[in-house]
Formats: sequence, C-alpha cells, structure tokens
Amino acid sequence: MPTVAALAETDRARLLAELKARIAVPVASSAPLLPFGVEAIDVRLGGGGLDGGGLHEIAAASPTLGDDAAATLFAAGAAARFAGDPNASVAWTLTRFDLYAPGLEQAGLPPAKLLYCEGRDEVMALALAEDCLRDGSFAAVVAEVKHADQTAMRRLQLAAADGHTPMLLLRRWARAASDPLEKPSAACTRWRIGCAPSVPLPHPGVGRSCWSVELVRQRGGNPFSLIVEACDGKGRLALPAPARDRAAAAGSASRRAA
Amino acid sequence: MLPPAVDAAGPPGACSVPRGGGWRPGARWAQGTAPGGQAEAEHIAGLPAHQRPPMRELGRRSEAADHPFRAMPPDEGGRAPPHGLVPAHPLWGRPTILIERVGQREVVTAACPVALSLDLVPGMAAAHARALVGDLDVQDADPARDAAWLDRLALHAVARWTPVACPSGTDGIWLDLTGTSHLFGGEARFCRRVLHFLGKLGFTARIAVAGTPGAAHALARYGGEAFSILPPGQEAATLAGLPIAALRLEPSALAGAARFGLERVGDLYPMPRGPLAKRLGLASVNRLDQALGRAAEPVVPVVPFEAPVVSRRLLEPIATPESIAQVIADLVDDLVLVLQERGLGVRTARIIAERVDGADQHLGIGASRATRDPGHLVRMFGLRIDRLEPGLGIEAMHLVVPHSEPLGARIAGALIPDGNAPPDLAPAIDQLAGRAGQDAVFRMGLEPSDVPERAVRRLGALVDPAGWPAWKRPVRILSRPEILTHVVALLPDHPPRRFTWRGRVYPVVAGDGPERIHGEWWRTDRELWAVRDYFRVEVEGGQRFWLFRRGDGVVPETGDLSWHMHGFFG
Repeated sequence: MPTVAALAETDRARLLAELKARIAVPVASSAPLLPFGVEAIDVRLGGGGLDGGGLHEIAAASPTLGDDAAATLFAAGAAARFAGDPNASVAWTLTRFDLYAPGLEQAGLPPAKLLYCEGRDEVMALALAEDCLRDGSFAAVVAEVKHADQTAMRRLQLAAADGHTPMLLLRRWARAASDPLEKPSAACTRWRIGCAPSVPLPHPGVGRSCWSVELVRQRGGNPFSLIVEACDGKGRLALPAPARDRAAAAGSASRRAA
Repeated sequence: MLPPAVDAAGPPGACSVPRGGGWRPGARWAQGTAPGGQAEAEHIAGLPAHQRPPMRELGRRSEAADHPFRAMPPDEGGRAPPHGLVPAHPLWGRPTILIERVGQREVVTAACPVALSLDLVPGMAAAHARALVGDLDVQDADPARDAAWLDRLALHAVARWTPVACPSGTDGIWLDLTGTSHLFGGEARFCRRVLHFLGKLGFTARIAVAGTPGAAHALARYGGEAFSILPPGQEAATLAGLPIAALRLEPSALAGAARFGLERVGDLYPMPRGPLAKRLGLASVNRLDQALGRAAEPVVPVVPFEAPVVSRRLLEPIATPESIAQVIADLVDDLVLVLQERGLGVRTARIIAERVDGADQHLGIGASRATRDPGHLVRMFGLRIDRLEPGLGIEAMHLVVPHSEPLGARIAGALIPDGNAPPDLAPAIDQLAGRAGQDAVFRMGLEPSDVPERAVRRLGALVDPAGWPAWKRPVRILSRPEILTHVVALLPDHPPRRFTWRGRVYPVVAGDGPERIHGEWWRTDRELWAVRDYFRVEVEGGQRFWLFRRGDGVVPETGDLSWHMHGFFG
C-alpha cells in the first residue's frame, strides 16, 4: 500500500514538474522581440523587449484626457517602431474616431502607414482587430476599447501569436472609478501611462514631454515604473537627463509660463 | 314636329346657317361644304408648312388625350417605361435642325422633314438657316450620343436579329442576314419588322438588302425607298444610276470625280482600271470592287459583354450552413475557371439563391481590387453567409459577377520571396470591409487647410495619402472645442496663467505660442476676419493641452477673446 502511495506521489510530482516546466518557459512566439532602445526599460523587460507576437495592454494612469493622450502616443510610438519598414502598415481599430492624424504622424505613424477600421461597437472593433492579426499583413495592430473581457483578451493573444503580429490594446477609461487594468488578463505586458512634468527649458516654453511609465504586470519579469521622455518623431522613447536643479526648476514654474 | 317652312329659293344671306334645314349647333364645322370652308382649306394647303395654322387654331379638337394614369410612373415591379427610347420632343411641330461647330462656323448637320421642306439642307451654315426661317428650333448635335445609340442598336440586333451586326459609319448599322432572314419569314417581312420597330422608337429608317455591303450601303442611302431588296447579281445594273458619292469615296476622290465629269457610278464601269486608280486613287477602285462583289468586305461584328455567371442546381433542397458553404465554394471554383479563361477579376460578386418557395435570396460582396483568388472569395462570402435565409431549402444557386475588371495572369507564388515588396493589403481590406462595411475602413489624408479640424479628410483604404506640415499637433482633438472659463491671461500674445475647464482649475506652468490661424474667408462670411491664436500649455501635473483664443487681442473684429480647449498632447 505504501508503495502504491509512493508511486502515486512520485507520479504526481513528475506531473507537477512537467506542468511547471511547461508554464515556466515563456510563451515563446517565433515573432522577434522589439527592444525599446532604452537600457533602463529593456533590462527589466522579460525578454529584453516587447513580444512581436503578443498582446500588450496600455491604459492611461488616470481618467483625464491628457493621460489618455499620453497612452495613445505610447501605443502609437510602439506601433511606429514595429512598423519601421517603409512598406509596413499599422491597423488601428476603434469605435469612435477622435484621433488627430497629424499628431500621430508626429509620433512616427505617417498617414500612408495607418489604416483605420471603425467598428459599430466594441465587439466589432475587437473582431476587426482579430481579423487584422490573423491576416498577418500588418506590422502592428492597435485597438482602443473600453471593455474587454477575459475571452476577448485570450482570443486576441492567440490571434497575435498565430499571425506573428503584435497587438497593442489601448484600454480607455469607461468611468472615472473603474481602472481598466483592474482585472487580470492574458496580456504579455500591461502598461499604465501618465503625464509627467516636462523637461524644463532655459527659456520660456514647453520642453520635451515626459511620461510616467508603469509596467503593471509582465510575463517572466517584475513590474517597475519610471519617468521617460515622450516618443519622438520615430516613436522612440528616451530617458531624461539627470537634472541637478530639478527642484529649483519646479519652484520657478510660474516664471516659465511666459 | 313639322319642319319650318323656309324659302329655299331665297338669296343666301350673310348668315352661316345653311338654308334648307338640317341646321344644328356646331354643324358648320362638321360640314365640308360650309361657306368659305373649301376656300379656307385650299388657302391653308397653299401655305408653306411653317405658316399653316396648327390644329388647335383650326378648331379641330381631334387630338387624342393621353390617359391620365398612363403618364404616371409605374408602380414598383411594373413594366418600366421605355425610358430614353422615345424622342423627348415631337419633331413635327417647328422646323428643327441640328448644328455642329466646325472651326469658326456652325454647320447644319441634320434637318427634320419640316425643315427639309423649307429648303434647309444639311451642310448649310446655321446662320443662313436662321435667316431663312424665323421660327426655327436649333439644337446642338451630339455625335457621341448618336454613336452610343447606334452601338445600342447593334447590340440589340446581335441579341434579336442576327449574330453579325455592327455600326456602319455615323448613320447606319450593318446586319449580316445570311441564314437568318428565314427566321423572320423572309427578307421583306424582316425589313418591315425592323422598320416598325424603329418607327416605334421614333426613327425613320431606310433598309437595303443586297449581296454586298457596298451595294447595300449605296442603296440604303441613295436608293430613295423605305426598303429595297436587290436580287443577287443585279448590283452593277442597279448601282449604275446612283451618284458616285454612294460608293463611300474620300472627299478628295469625289472632288476629282467631279472635275473629270464622272457623276454616276455607271460612268466608272467603262473606264480602264489603271487610269481610274491614278485619277481617283486606289481606294476608290477598291470601293467600286467591294460594291460590285469583286473584293471581299467582311463585317466585324460587335460582341456583347456578358457578365460571367455560373450556376449549380441541387438535387435536394439544402438548408444547413455547411452545405450552403460547400455549394458556394463549388460555385467559386467554377467561376474562377470562367474568369481565368476570360482574363477577368471580380470587383463585385453576387450569390443568388433560389428557394423552394420561389423567393430569391441575394448575397453580395465587393473587392477593393480585382481578384479571382478562390480562397479570398470564399472567405468573403463566408463572412456574410449568415444573411442568407434558406427557409424551406435552397434548390439552385447562381454566382453572378456584375462588375468585373480585366486581370491578367499572375504568378501564384515566387520561388524566391521578395522581401522588399510591400504586402498586398487588398485582401485584408476586403475582409475588414466585409465585416464592418465599406465606409468603416479608411485612411486619413491631407486636406489643404490651415484650420485644424478641416486639415484631415477620410480617404479610401487603398489611397496613398500625403502627410501634414510639421507644426506641433495634438494626438486627439475634441470634435467641438469646449469653452474655458475664469481664464487669466496677458493680452495680446501670452498663454493663459490659469483656466477652468469641466469644473476644474488648471494652473499653467509653461506655454508655447501663439500659432495664429486665420479664418477661411472664401468659405463663409463669418470667417472673414476671424483669427484663432493657438497655445500649447502644460498644466501642473504634466498634462499638455492645445488651447486657442478667438481673436488676436488687438482688433475686435477678429474674435470675442473667448478661450477654448481643442486638443491633447500626450
């Protein structure tokens, strides 16, 4: 009897070890990873970059429209770097069109690279995004929705892995009280982007924008948060130079508002 | 009642009532022998056509009135009116001519029978014609529409009368009646039938049936009869009396013939061919030979375009989605073969499913670019297959291609993939448009305007749009700028120090601007002086907004100095 129990024990242990081994290996899609080109982010990311065949969720840090715009630009910059090839194109599915295309061009997505798909409702927008992912002819797919349940997330993750296309899911705030990243999801990475005071200039004016980037969850890595400079004309982020007089600049903010 | 006693021998007075009884009101108009009636009729008959009083002035109300409901548009499903088949204006009222501008002058190209009777002939100057006849209806000739009519007639002839038909010149059509006239009961009955058909359309026509196209051409235009049938072998004898222009000669050859005194076709017969060719050109001799049957002149027929269609009739009615999808796949496979043979690609395709109860179900797809990829077509139909209602079952399905485009042969897959070739987005766009609708897939492009909300425009999904100037622009904008309250700002060109928007106070820490944008006076009068000064401001906490102020702060007409929120920089 004890032998049977021991056998069962070893069997269970072996099964458990197998299962552990299966989930320990990160879901390695054959799509290439896209590093941010910022040392501080890349070393903390699970594979050293964004998975080119995975689902990435991006949400604004607060329900304000300024943070929402920052999250939009973060997604646009990531999509622009995925679509670095001159012939590549990006699909952007949404339900209500309030984007301003010249602003997206300044984040690295010129109009010739960007195809918009407007769905009747969010279910339709997610279905359009899934179609784009499975088609595989887009370099990246961005979808902006307010609600997405576990099933939809899982479908998008599978479609992204099948089509070797990164999925950037822009979660917009539905109500002021409900954080879109509150519930768990199947995403590879979940980002929360907010506005931060910009780099001070020696003369009156608005310097390069800064964002507070918070990686809420990632597969095979730990969450972190840091302040980065907003993406430039090609969608690249940067780290702000360490400013010795940051406190002094903040104090003299009213003087800068000339 | 006794007839009143009248003096039959008395002298007729001026009264129009005829003596001898038989008088009743209105009888004067009914009797041809009314006093003055005969002379009046003769007088009217002596007048030229355009001076005759119209029927209505003569007091004869004999025109049939149209049925009041006939003129109304037919109900849905009823017989469509022969739209465009009946000439818009009856041509018998006023003399009508068609004119065309040739260089500096206007030339009459056609004249109606009334105008012809007034000696207005095609070829005279329009000003001359106007001077001759005062009440003249002059309309512009439209050769393109005439040619379109002839093409349509030729297509009708191909469909109904004979497989070989084509337009002939600008004013006729060839019909090759070989082996077809017996279907209509002989050539004479066929001619009458065609004349009747054309008469119903409002055309007068002349038909000649002859052994050679050249002879038929000459007889139809110069024979002078409504239809004439030339027995075989009589071409030379019949054509001999016709003018030489009947041979379709060049204008230079006609001028040469006139110089040499050759007027009739018969004048050419005795002439030796060498000198004839030297004087009138070899083409003229060829025309003569063609008319007399010595040289061949084939008629190149018009080929009507038939939309590709494939059909499958089913042994048993089907109703399940799987079987419908299978039939659609089979239909697409059949269609691809047809398309390959004809070198066509699908732009629009439609499935017509015939149900058992007789109701047809339609299922249409559209492709953004011509395609005949079976997988793609099946996928696009598969997206909409749920819109088919099989009811009690479908017993036949047809696949029609109403809109196709030429599509040459393509390499299915290159052996060495070309990494630089851009991926073809058309299949993906078709699929997206099939799911969300044609307008839901689009690109944004440059619209040449400085006003921000007008600078973008929706374009088609396959357009390659241009970019915008590199002014700082937000990533999202409000469709309607929202007004700001409690704004503290220095005039005329400083960003605000603080403002209130949606009930919150925002202290501004930094600002850029102004970027001055003037109204577009060519659109509305309200924008004649309007000015917007745009500022990019950063508030405490780091949010960056795009604000504008109406007015430049100096001239009151430019705006009321109200502040508005318009967009959001990240």
